Amino acid sequence: MTGPQPVEKLEVVPSDRVKTPPLIEAGSSLIPDRIFYAAVLSCGLCVLGLVGVIVYQLVSKSALSWHAFGWKFFFRSEWDPVNEQFGAWPFVYGTLVSSLLALVLAVPLAVGVAVFITEMCPRWLKGALAFTTELLAAIPSVIYGLWAIFVMVPLLREYVEPFLAKYFGWTGLFEGTPYGIGMLAAGIILAIMVVPIVSSITREVMTAVPQQQREAVLALGATRWEMIRTGVLRNARAGILGGVILGLGRALGETMAVTMVIGNRPEIARSLFAPGYTMASVIANEFSEATSDTYLSALVEVGLALFLVTIIVNIMAQLLVWSVTRGMPRRSNA
Amino acid sequence: MPNAAAQTGQFAIAPISLWRRGMNRLVTLAAGAAVVLVLLPLGAIFAYLIYKGLGSISWAFLTQIPKPVGEAGGGMANAIAGSAYILAIASVMGVPIGIGAGIYLAEYGRNRFGDLIRFTADVLNGVPSIVVGIVAYGIVVLGQGHFSALAGGVALAIMMIPTITRTSEEMLLLVPNAVREAAYGLGVSRWRTTLSITLRTATSGVITGVMLAFARVAGETAPLLFTAFGNQYWNWKMNQPTAALSLQVYTYAISPFDEWHRQAWAGALILIVLIVASVSAVRIVAGRGMLKGAN
Repeated sequence: MTGPQPVEKLEVVPSDRVKTPPLIEAGSSLIPDRIFYAAVLSCGLCVLGLVGVIVYQLVSKSALSWHAFGWKFFFRSEWDPVNEQFGAWPFVYGTLVSSLLALVLAVPLAVGVAVFITEMCPRWLKGALAFTTELLAAIPSVIYGLWAIFVMVPLLREYVEPFLAKYFGWTGLFEGTPYGIGMLAAGIILAIMVVPIVSSITREVMTAVPQQQREAVLALGATRWEMIRTGVLRNARAGILGGVILGLGRALGETMAVTMVIGNRPEIARSLFAPGYTMASVIANEFSEATSDTYLSALVEVGLALFLVTIIVNIMAQLLVWSVTRGMPRRSNA
Repeated sequence: MPNAAAQTGQFAIAPISLWRRGMNRLVTLAAGAAVVLVLLPLGAIFAYLIYKGLGSISWAFLTQIPKPVGEAGGGMANAIAGSAYILAIASVMGVPIGIGAGIYLAEYGRNRFGDLIRFTADVLNGVPSIVVGIVAYGIVVLGQGHFSALAGGVALAIMMIPTITRTSEEMLLLVPNAVREAAYGLGVSRWRTTLSITLRTATSGVITGVMLAFARVAGETAPLLFTAFGNQYWNWKMNQPTAALSLQVYTYAISPFDEWHRQAWAGALILIVLIVASVSAVRIVAGRGMLKGAN
């Protein structure tokens, strides 16, 4: 008896006649679900609220100084707590110069490290190297500062700065007494701290470049460097720029290590040997000693400016990194 | 025979010119040199920490509070305990909020509002730590009228939340949807599924995020300068100034006394050991696979 068999006539039992209770009575989960949703939503709102609180605190606490000095606050170079005259220009200058110096030193190194790790190094070394460079990012900034004060600054004072003054003194950037402590020391310690950020982002965007790209360039007879230059770096440049800007964001907001080696003097000098002051360090040094309301308010305004600048810098960086890590695979599939 | 031409050498590939080969060599060397230059300070920092720190760590250092200037001896016991105290306060506040927000983003946040929260979390992540200090000062210190352990804890919690939120979200999203659907299919309610199935599956990943955040704030000094403020004595009160290891290292490092410099190295060594231990623990947990339960 093969093949389909005729179906016997189905007997339909009207359901209202059999009343079997369900095996498990499921309670309504509507209310607990709502409570849970409300709980996690409020956590999410906390994140939103925190940014709101930060902005509110900074704006309201700096109002006094804002009303007293207006925009000119950022371009005046007087900083005189006794006569209540405040201008943040020396700090803005110090922050910009030390951060840019850090980037100039850090970016070539960071890109070099990223290129080495992703394209050149043998596989067994890769993980270890990546971990070690990330370890640099985990060292607290106060320890960088400690090391800089007792190890790096004496080295700079005894060897590096006299050397620079002798051979590059004509540029005007390396003049004056080599104290060790000063803008140059701040730039170098910042560079050491920024390298892991820039190199890890660079590595990420370089890995996002499709493998076919490399193979195609190699197949055309390129050497490894030509492959890296035309096939990888060129495609990843927006993302690398993003990494650099992210590093800038970190350098601008960095406090402790810089405070410990920059010399903390609100002066503007052309020489990198001269001591300087940054926005973050002036807050760190003077906030708990600010005696008058205007003084405190001026310091908060410096903080507000720092906040706004780092936010803008970070958003720009993120957009650039996304444009590579997100856009790349889509384009290569097309 | 398509290969015949190549075999007879008619299309022999031109040798790579000396210049191009030299350039390739040069860049390889430069990249290697960059690695060495970057690893050099790392090695130097660890070498100095161990060399200078190890000699200064003693039983007294770990169990005594600071002696007045000029007297030898004394230790950082109160600062070590204070750091642990402040970090505990920060974790109690930051971890639940961070994970909660991560759950919201992963389970309910596939919309505009979720994007907004994701964006603010990233913004919060980039706020300089000294600015966080100002804010915690404004909220807690001015409110209480004192520098306090609570203010320090609030500052560090603010810094922990965005990291925990984003990593928890990522880890929860790694859990395959089939796992959730299986739970729903068995009639498990949504909240129970999220807590006992999804979150449980992603536990090791979420812990990784928490420990990363912890390691990040453990060494923070700037936000504690005018919140926890530091203290030469023991303190277990929430509303009193409290010593912290990183603060103590900072104060001792910029002081003019040799004895204090010695102790600063020792304190820094203890700090770095704690941080490296938690980062390495993260590597081990992460290396075992995020989603053991799911596969």
